[in-house]
Parts: sequence; structure tokens; C-alpha cells
Amino acid sequence: MSLELSEPLQRVVDALSEKFSKEVIEVYQSTGITFIRVDADSIVKICYFMKDELEYIYLSDLFGIDRYTSEERFEVVYNMISFKEGSRVFLKVRCEEENPEVDSVYEVWPSASWNEREVYDMFGIHFRNHPDLRRIFMPEDFRYFPLRKEFPLLGIPGSIELPGTTPDTE
Amino acid sequence: MKLTDIQSRVKSTFFKEHQKKLYQSLEDKHTTIEEMDDDDPLTTKMVLNMGPQHPATHGVLRLVLQLNGESIEKTKVDIGYLHRGVEKIAENKTYQEFMPYTDRMDYLSPYSNNVALCIAVEKISGVEVPERAHYIRMIGCELARISSHLLWLGTMVMDAGAISFFIWTFKEREKVYDIMDRLAGHRFTVSHSRIGGVANDITDEAMGAIKEFIETFPNELKDYHKLLDRNRIFIDRNEAVGVLKTEDAIRFGATGPVLRATGFAMDTRRFNPYARYSEVEFEVPTRLEGDNLARYFVRMEEMSESIRIIRQCLDKLPKGPVRTDNAKQAYPSKDEVYYSMEGMIHDFMMTDTGICPPEGAETYSAVESPKGELGYYIQSDGTGHPWRLKINAPSFTNLQILENMLDGEMLADTVVIIGGMDPVLGEADK
Repeated sequence: MSLELSEPLQRVVDALSEKFSKEVIEVYQSTGITFIRVDADSIVKICYFMKDELEYIYLSDLFGIDRYTSEERFEVVYNMISFKEGSRVFLKVRCEEENPEVDSVYEVWPSASWNEREVYDMFGIHFRNHPDLRRIFMPEDFRYFPLRKEFPLLGIPGSIELPGTTPDTE
Repeated sequence: MKLTDIQSRVKSTFFKEHQKKLYQSLEDKHTTIEEMDDDDPLTTKMVLNMGPQHPATHGVLRLVLQLNGESIEKTKVDIGYLHRGVEKIAENKTYQEFMPYTDRMDYLSPYSNNVALCIAVEKISGVEVPERAHYIRMIGCELARISSHLLWLGTMVMDAGAISFFIWTFKEREKVYDIMDRLAGHRFTVSHSRIGGVANDITDEAMGAIKEFIETFPNELKDYHKLLDRNRIFIDRNEAVGVLKTEDAIRFGATGPVLRATGFAMDTRRFNPYARYSEVEFEVPTRLEGDNLARYFVRMEEMSESIRIIRQCLDKLPKGPVRTDNAKQAYPSKDEVYYSMEGMIHDFMMTDTGICPPEGAETYSAVESPKGELGYYIQSDGTGHPWRLKINAPSFTNLQILENMLDGEMLADTVVIIGGMDPVLGEADK
């Protein structure tokens, strides 16, 4: 599929494929949005490059995707903005189903902190070097990862402690 | 004095593991507040638990604050008390069925949430929206912005000490509710937008109410300015409180009015115009100070810009249908459903399977909700249900800053700072 890249995005793709020719796995577009899939091990390096050299200084969002039944089951997507160019780029990395682990980009953009906690909470993807990797929505006592496809919609009975409905008698 | 014995003093009865880790992370948090003299009785340290059931936290936000005398040394924010798992629910619903859930995300401006979802779904499945529907959506979005900012104004001023003001802003909010009632048929959770357009055209009644509102509201706004702009107490409570520098705002990912109050004119309506925002004139208000007062001015100006946008929309409002006519992409009108067989079949098909974007398509589209950039990422697997739907919620993004912003502030300013951030927990907790 041929790409129709706007000028700033063309520069990003050119710069990335020149500097990280081995790490860039694929560049594709869907509904006019550009996704760049890169090697998971060098994500921090690439993010630093995006931020320092290409001015993508603002991390708008970071989230996980469960590609259930596919190879390399989990995907983490980085949604970043360059105010200077007025453009938005999506980087993607994939990781294995067993012990999914990705390097944290906290040091690049501190705003990634809560988003990474959310991905950890929902998918169980572990972020290496994250300063405070706790669950964010679910309590720590919860043992499952709700947004994984095998987690039932109705939840797992008894998996979470609920307060009693009668007031304390003290 | 070291507070290493928090754990032993906390007698949690619930989610024990959770509480343990939360207090642990508070202990571990690094801050650069200078040490005070240990012998001074005024420097007694304590850990204060605020919320989740605290009226000033605007919902179910929980803060754990370590205090040094009256100043805050470190903060941890604990959210998730309103977590309903809407992203999981979305994966099991058709796109249209999911819409009422978006009303309950940012429940202070349901209209912009509906529009955000619709625009994302329309983008991924290539649905054309009639011109008139775009303008109706813009009017709805701007009314929602006014309504949300009015609630923020009332509660924030209440946090700063003036109770009666809350009632005055609610008087105006009530008018917006009445308009929504006439426009969409619901006062609060409107669900007026539809994939491919809007549910119904503006009625004459709604049109009259909107026209009356945009005439009277600027005067009210003037009164608010008169009351607050030079008010000694209000300025003392807000000036230089909760200061956020521009570079910090970008590093920590602030969005919406919080970012604009630090001097950065980032507005999705400008950055990546949706609907017909490219065809109306409006300013993006900014302030340089980055404190609570700056956020106040930014939001106040946004309200008058909203009025300006509504005026232009009413002038430009084109004639024509309000929903796309393609029965494979949008619900047919009720007339068709009741009086023709095809209409009924199409209605049934839309309810049963809904709209099916192409397999493997992915999209992201963002709107400028009153709180900031509200984005929907959708990945389709070719069925009527999204494979993955991610909501980029502005309140979530902004609340993160609170952990960094509160460090070093006074305890008494906590509620004002939360009020100035204007988080909605329904959205932050998803």
C-alpha cells in the first residue's frame, strides 16, 4: 500500500528510517493516520530521538491493545504531538504473551507515568524502570487484568472484596 | 522525625494490599522540599487522607497528603473509585449502543462526549455527515462547554469561600439544561448525536431558547466578572496558587484550559479542526501565569468565545437533512421505520449489527471537550463491535499533574487547586 504522507510526517519517516533503519519494522496508514511500528527494545532511544530531534515534545496518550490469538500478543501505542509541525504520530511496539515487558518512557515524558500504570493495570504489561508501577483503577488486591480478551465481561465472582451492606454495630 | 511507621498505624479494613502499596509509594516518593527543624512543634508531620468521600474533591478523588505543619510535602493521588470499565463494555456493544455510556463519562458535558465518539466512528467507517448536523453538533458542544464551565466556576468559587455564587451559576446552567431538554429530549445525559448526524433537528422551541440564552448570558458573564475580577478575597485565594510552568505543563502532559493557562495556545479545534470549526472565527484564550487565577480567566473567556461560536453557527446554519440518508450507515428516520418495510428492516439491522467498519482499520480522532483533548482510538475487527476502543480522557491526563503540583503548596489551597483543575472523575476513572 502506498503512503500519502504529509510533509512533516514524511520528514519523520525519513529521519527514522535513516537513523533507525533496523528498528523501524513497518510504516502504515489507516484512515489517514500514520502508524510506525518499531522494535520494542529500542523504544526509549527512539522516543528520545522523536522528542529531542523531531520536536515531538508532548505525549498525548499511551495505551495497550490485546491482539488476542495473534503472535506477539500485546501492543503498546504511543500517541505524540509536535506543536511546531502541527502533526501527530503514533508509534507502536509489540511484546510477547509470556511476561510482557516494555521499557518505560517515563524519563522521556513524565506524563507517561499514569498511562503506563493504566496499561499495566488493564493488560498486565510490565514497564521496566517505571518509578511507581502500581495498579491505577483496580485495587492492588485484584489479581486479574480486565482488558485482556479472556477476562469475562461480567467479571470473576469473588475476585474483589466488597463492603458489607449492613452498618457496623460498634 | 521520620514517618516510617505509617504502615503500622494504618488499620485498613479494605483492600489491604492496595492501601499498603499506596502508603508505601507515598513514603518512597522523592521530593525536594527542604528539611525543617525537627524540634519546632509547628513542623509536626502527619499523613492526611482526603477523600474519596470528600465534598471538595468533586467526586471520588482520593488524595494522600504528607504534611509538614501546614504545607504539603508530598502527595499521592488515588483514583479508580468510579471505575466502571467502559472500555471493556465498549468491546461488547455496537457503536451506537455504546453512546449512552459516553454520556456518563464526563457527565458535565455529555454532548461533547457523544460528538467525540460519533466523529471517531464516522472517520473509521467513512460516513459523510450532512452540513446541518455539523452545525447542530457545534452548537451543542459549545452549550456543553458553557454548562461545564459554569459548574466549574460555581464550585471553584465555592471552594474559595463564596457559597451564593454557586446558586447564581446554577441558575444559568438550568437554562442550558432546559435548552438541552428541548433540543435533545433529555436534560442531563443527552445522547443527541448519532452516527451519521444527530437524532433530530433543532425544534423552533429550542431555537428560541438558544437565541434567548445567547442574548442574556453575556450580561450574566459581565456580572460574574464584575464580582470576581477585582475581588480581594478571590484574588488572594487564587493568585500564585497551584502554579504550573509551561515546560512542566508540557512534560506532564497538561491539556485544555490548564495547558492554555500556562501560555500555550493548544486547542484541538484549531490544531485539528473537526466538524466545521474551521469555518467559524474564534480566539483561543491564553494566559501566561499558569496559576489558578489564570485558569479562571481562560475559562471565563472561553465561555464568551463559545457564545460567539454559537452566534456564528446560528447565522450559518444551512438547511437540509440532519442525518445521512444511507441506511447502511445510519438509523433511518422514524417516519421511514413506521411506514415502510425497508425502513423497519434497516432499523433492525442497525440495532442488531450496527455499522461495521473495515477489518483492521484503526483511527484516532480528538475533540476539544471543556476539560481538554478528548480522543477516541478505535480499532475494528470488521464486526459491529470495536476490537479496542480507547478513550483519551482529559481529566485523567490533568489529574496526574496534581501529584506534582500540590507538592509544596499549603493544605488550605488543596481544594482550590482541585477546583481550578476541574477534574471529572467519571471520565478519569473510565
